[in-house]
Amino acid sequence: MAFGPFLLLALMEGLVTAAVLALAASGLSLVFGVMRVVNVAHGEFFMLGAVIAWFVTGMVPGPAWLAFAVAVVVAPLAVAALAALADALVLKRLNYDPEATIVATIGLLYMLQQAALTFYGPDARPVAAPFDLRLQTPWFGYSGYKLFVVLAAGVVLAGIWALMTRTKAGLVMRATQVDRDVARAFGINVDRVYMGTFALGAGLAALAGVLIVPITQAHYLMGGDPLLLSFIVVIIGGLGSLRGTLVAALVIGLSDGVISMFFSPTLAKILATLLVAMVLVFRPQGLFGTRSP
Amino acid sequence: MKVWASHLAVVALLLALGFLLPPYHATNMARIMVLAVFAMGYNLAFGYTGLLSLGHALFFAAGIYAAGLPIWHWGLGAAPALILGLLGGGIVAGVTGLLALRTAGVSFMIVTLMFAQAGYLTLLYFNGVTGGDEGFALPASGRMLFGADLSTDLPRYLTAWALFSATFLATLALVRSRFGRVMVALRENEERARMLGINPFTAKLAVLVLSGAASGLAGAAYGVLFGYAGASFATIQYSILPMLYVLLGGAGTVAGPLLGAVLMFALIEVANDLTSAWLFIVGAVLVIVVLFAPKGILGALRDRFFRGLP
Repeated sequence: MAFGPFLLLALMEGLVTAAVLALAASGLSLVFGVMRVVNVAHGEFFMLGAVIAWFVTGMVPGPAWLAFAVAVVVAPLAVAALAALADALVLKRLNYDPEATIVATIGLLYMLQQAALTFYGPDARPVAAPFDLRLQTPWFGYSGYKLFVVLAAGVVLAGIWALMTRTKAGLVMRATQVDRDVARAFGINVDRVYMGTFALGAGLAALAGVLIVPITQAHYLMGGDPLLLSFIVVIIGGLGSLRGTLVAALVIGLSDGVISMFFSPTLAKILATLLVAMVLVFRPQGLFGTRSP
Repeated sequence: MKVWASHLAVVALLLALGFLLPPYHATNMARIMVLAVFAMGYNLAFGYTGLLSLGHALFFAAGIYAAGLPIWHWGLGAAPALILGLLGGGIVAGVTGLLALRTAGVSFMIVTLMFAQAGYLTLLYFNGVTGGDEGFALPASGRMLFGADLSTDLPRYLTAWALFSATFLATLALVRSRFGRVMVALRENEERARMLGINPFTAKLAVLVLSGAASGLAGAAYGVLFGYAGASFATIQYSILPMLYVLLGGAGTVAGPLLGAVLMFALIEVANDLTSAWLFIVGAVLVIVVLFAPKGILGALRDRFFRGLP
């Protein structure tokens, strides 16, 4: 293949990464923005989404698209319920202290990972894509499902944006984000907002996991990379800024696709992690964020 | 005086255990003591100075490779390798600290995490030099210390004990010194410490270098005593382990890291008979300690009974 089509392929792969990353990272960003909690177990929610999708598609009879549609609904809901439980049992009792919650979510990470290993096993297992469509460009064939993932992620993100800016629930969440004490004084049930936000964030990660699983297969260790990349995206985009998260997901996803294809995936990750460290040190509000008061 | 006597008693007890324990437990105890050195280094930063780092695996790995690579490539002996490990950990911690200490709190945690991750990936990237994921076994020539073969039980135990005791007593002296009070002052109230004329940045940097040097020494000792170096020692798990030991035993206590390491080893050993799910136990202990005993065992004991415990 010539350089042009090769670059196009790299960019398309990068776009898929960016789409999934934007979903997972917006969940992390939401949780950090509203609750000021750094959720280290976020990658495990992603993994659980994929693993539950494998279980569900195995149990639902009928055509592949139906089983997948059920998984898209069931997996995020199940993971969101689990996250709500974790919030009530652990995070709330820590009073959302930033450092204690990080340690607690590290504990949660290990417990979820081990649970997946015990009940699901160490193998990577495939989930059939809901449809089999191959798009033919002049130079290479490309999976139609991957483009569907990009589309679906776009729709969900638009939904989240509408939720945050156009509904009462979004207003309440933003009010809590700005000042939880004042929000409480205005009669907002902050505990419920926190639980809902944590569940929503986890659900978004799980949805990203379901969408990616027909492409990459489900594995109990698959949460590590998305966690790292989500961190990178959220920090570069500015902690708690949804728009910044989106832009950063595109930048990181596309550059990851290009650097991975032309150099090496490890090099891409080294550069991204160093970039994050430097951003936090020299521009803590993120590349696209504004300095908070 | 009482404090020194009780800590010297711990050191003496550990020495006696070396001659009393059967080989299997002695090897485990040697491992615990080396990891306790690592945790004591971590404790200097986290327990005493309030620097919650998620990147100490980088310093541990710096030690293991600073010692292991010259042994592997050039046939260095164990004694200079241990010194190289100490220096390696300290230097890497110093460079990391110069950048990371410009941040605080959650940002500091994430910056250290990212540096450690970049370090781990770098080890994988240059796998021709470092052995990458598979790592390498240290040749026998690099495991001789003053004529004693460190791959045999007693010399291994005694070396681990000597390194542990040196770090243990040095930590005790450090935290009871003037600088130790500066560290605690920085943890409790940085602004007030600054007004008292302390430069927080240089003081924290010094702590981090000491902490990294201890971690590096532990890494080098781990490599030399157990004969293996690999990139897995640079993973996030090895940043969590010392934190776990310190939290469980008691952050900001001299003997806490040892207690935490011993308890965690015992717990996993007991659990191993019941289930292979040891990661679950690690996770559960983290959550339970943070929820119910945020000061750890010795921290809780200090609040109730032993007010003067350092």
